[in-house]
Amino acid sequence: MDRLELRNVQKSFGQTQILKGIDLTIEPGQMICLIGASGSGKSTLLRCMNLLEPIDDGAILLDGADISEPDLDPQPIRQRIGMVFQSYNLFPHMTAKENAMLAPRRTKGLSRANLDAPVSELFHRFGLGDRMDHYPDQLSGGQQQRVAIIRALAMKPEIMLFDEITSALDPELVGEVLDVLRALREEGMTMVLATHEMGFARELADKVCFLDQGRICEEGSAAEVLDAPQQERTKAFLSRVL
Amino acid sequence: MKFLTTSALALMMATGAMAAESCATGKTLTDGTLTIATGNPAFFPWVLDDAPEAGKGYEAAVAYAIAGKMGFDSDAVTWTRTSFDQSIQPGAKDFDFNLQQFSITAEREEMVDFSDPYYTSAMAVLTTKSVVENGAEPTIASLKDLVWGAHATTTALPMLNELIQPNTAPLLYGDNVDVTAAMQAGQIDAALFDLPTALYLSAVVLNDGVILGQFPAENTPSPDHFGLLMAEGSALKPCVDEAIAALKADGTLAAIEAEWLQETTGVPVIK
Amino acid sequence: MPSMTRRQAYEARQRRRATLIAAGSTAAVLIALIVLIPLTPGWEAVKHSFFNARVFEKTFPGLLNAFVMDVAIFAWCAPLIAILGLLLAVARDIRNPALYPLKLFSIVYTDVFRGLPVILVIYLIGFGIPGLGLPRPWNSPYIWGSLSLILVYAAYVAEILRSGIESIHTSQRAAALSLGLSSSDTMRFVILPQAIRRVVPANMNMFIALQKDVALLSFIGPVEIFRQAGVYKSLMANFTPYVGAALIFLAITVPATRFADHLMNKQAKARS
Repeated sequence: MDRLELRNVQKSFGQTQILKGIDLTIEPGQMICLIGASGSGKSTLLRCMNLLEPIDDGAILLDGADISEPDLDPQPIRQRIGMVFQSYNLFPHMTAKENAMLAPRRTKGLSRANLDAPVSELFHRFGLGDRMDHYPDQLSGGQQQRVAIIRALAMKPEIMLFDEITSALDPELVGEVLDVLRALREEGMTMVLATHEMGFARELADKVCFLDQGRICEEGSAAEVLDAPQQERTKAFLSRVL
Repeated sequence: MKFLTTSALALMMATGAMAAESCATGKTLTDGTLTIATGNPAFFPWVLDDAPEAGKGYEAAVAYAIAGKMGFDSDAVTWTRTSFDQSIQPGAKDFDFNLQQFSITAEREEMVDFSDPYYTSAMAVLTTKSVVENGAEPTIASLKDLVWGAHATTTALPMLNELIQPNTAPLLYGDNVDVTAAMQAGQIDAALFDLPTALYLSAVVLNDGVILGQFPAENTPSPDHFGLLMAEGSALKPCVDEAIAALKADGTLAAIEAEWLQETTGVPVIK
Repeated sequence: MPSMTRRQAYEARQRRRATLIAAGSTAAVLIALIVLIPLTPGWEAVKHSFFNARVFEKTFPGLLNAFVMDVAIFAWCAPLIAILGLLLAVARDIRNPALYPLKLFSIVYTDVFRGLPVILVIYLIGFGIPGLGLPRPWNSPYIWGSLSLILVYAAYVAEILRSGIESIHTSQRAAALSLGLSSSDTMRFVILPQAIRRVVPANMNMFIALQKDVALLSFIGPVEIFRQAGVYKSLMANFTPYVGAALIFLAITVPATRFADHLMNKQAKARS
């Protein structure tokens, strides 16, 4: 397991600066929650960590190596850092199982036969053993999001990034997805979550970072940030969402 | 041009006295005018320079001769142009008669009227030097092995099947120029045309064009007779036939042919 | 029907009324056509020239026979068009600067071939390239005429595919890349399968048009149904063979068009 370090990460889209210098270290086995209003830069930060967006300035270090080098081939890095999106983004033309097997097949040269056992095991572990051969449009939102997590896990990533993965779900389906995260936490997976689930963050996060206008405005343990915020902006945000 | 002047003279003398009795009176599109149609464009040697008004070229000359016999002075002739399709489309025709090497066939006769033939053409094999160099000969046996082309809307295709029966199905084209283009591209070896057209194409249009041989009309089971095309049931037909008969009888038709159509006896006969 | 709600009963009444009105007005128009057209002065002549039973009977078998040629030309062109169209569409999506010439080629290609009338391409390629002195059978009008159709139609199919590729949401690409897939694998396994499915109806319409445009090959020699009809027309001085050819085309294209519409409706429903 490796640590991920962000140093003064900056990112703009056109004239708008979204990230104005983010410093953050994720230690192996940690779970970090990013909170903040929409537009505060949480999603962009996660996409930069996965190299889906190139950063403008600063550096991202994985196990001490700079992975934000513009010349670097992002493919092997992304294979080590899994990501799950708010809108699931399952491939609609493939069954749940094919969704999970595509990337390991193509990037690691594994055959379907080789993958069948470990992938089926993942589905069973997360309560989807009977849904493997369903297409995404035959699954509920909660099930689809669990498949998306399984798909990312099938690559055996070292770090998992979750971008508001419960925000698009009906309230009664949120629980089943959070249960998956809880299980991963118990296994010691290194995780970074952008989330609005404050209760969940309080329960499990090692560290909570409050992002505001492209900066980490306040960070600390869940108890510190959520229960005794020091910054006025943090207080204002929490009073709106809690 | 002498016959034109004489017939015009005869006409001028006759107009006053005989106008009321002329066969064509009251039967033409416009009273006192004969409207003649030809192709667009009209080709050598049938019409010279695509200008039938000048009376030069075989069909242009024949048209004026027939008009003369029917009692129309050359000033009383107006020309119009039609495609083959326009000439057979249903509805009122905008010509009194139409001449552009229409072959008379029994099946066409069911839809339109034809005059008696004013010309009977030999069919000729147009090819290129390279095909001849490759051993093509003016014999049926040799011709069968060639790849044939023809102008689709002529009777060349049935003639081909009747006279030669090629081993490969012929390729067909929309006009003579496309036939020669295909020959130039080496896609076809030979094409069948009426002899005067073949002579023109080989001399003028085709590089290295050769007339390999001809099928004289008298040796052909159903020779290619050209007739004037008229609307089905045209009242003018008897007058036109009468004029053509008169032109044949007095040798005018033969004289026009001698003047405008090339001597064809030099072309070998296909055996 | 006791189980019918008030609303259902009302809608059933409305439907019945609409059906009656539609049937009534259709019948009125048909009767007017059937009664009025034969009253026109030229009807007999038109009937004789275009709807001549004797000519129809005599020429229809020959037309059907010639249509086999159309189907054959279609059959070998269609898969090649699909392949070339796909390659062009993918080339158009290239992001690698080293391969930019391919992308540029694709752009110029589609612009040129979509901008030219098919018949012009058929003449230029069908007569032009063999004129360079190719030996038989490589100068065949079947080869070069088919190639013309393939070149033109591939340009259209490429554009349709490109619109399909662009219609796939970027989140699909992001999801695939986030898993560590290469961009070519992302295109091949994630984007293209979805894009192709999405443009099936549009492409079907393209292939229906192709089936009709096969007739244009007749201009450079091949005797397919349109040319065969022209030959009959010329020999009999009658347009009925064209009507026969039209009927044969309709027998193929109408069901195909309906099927394409059906697919399109199904997709529209699935997406809404």
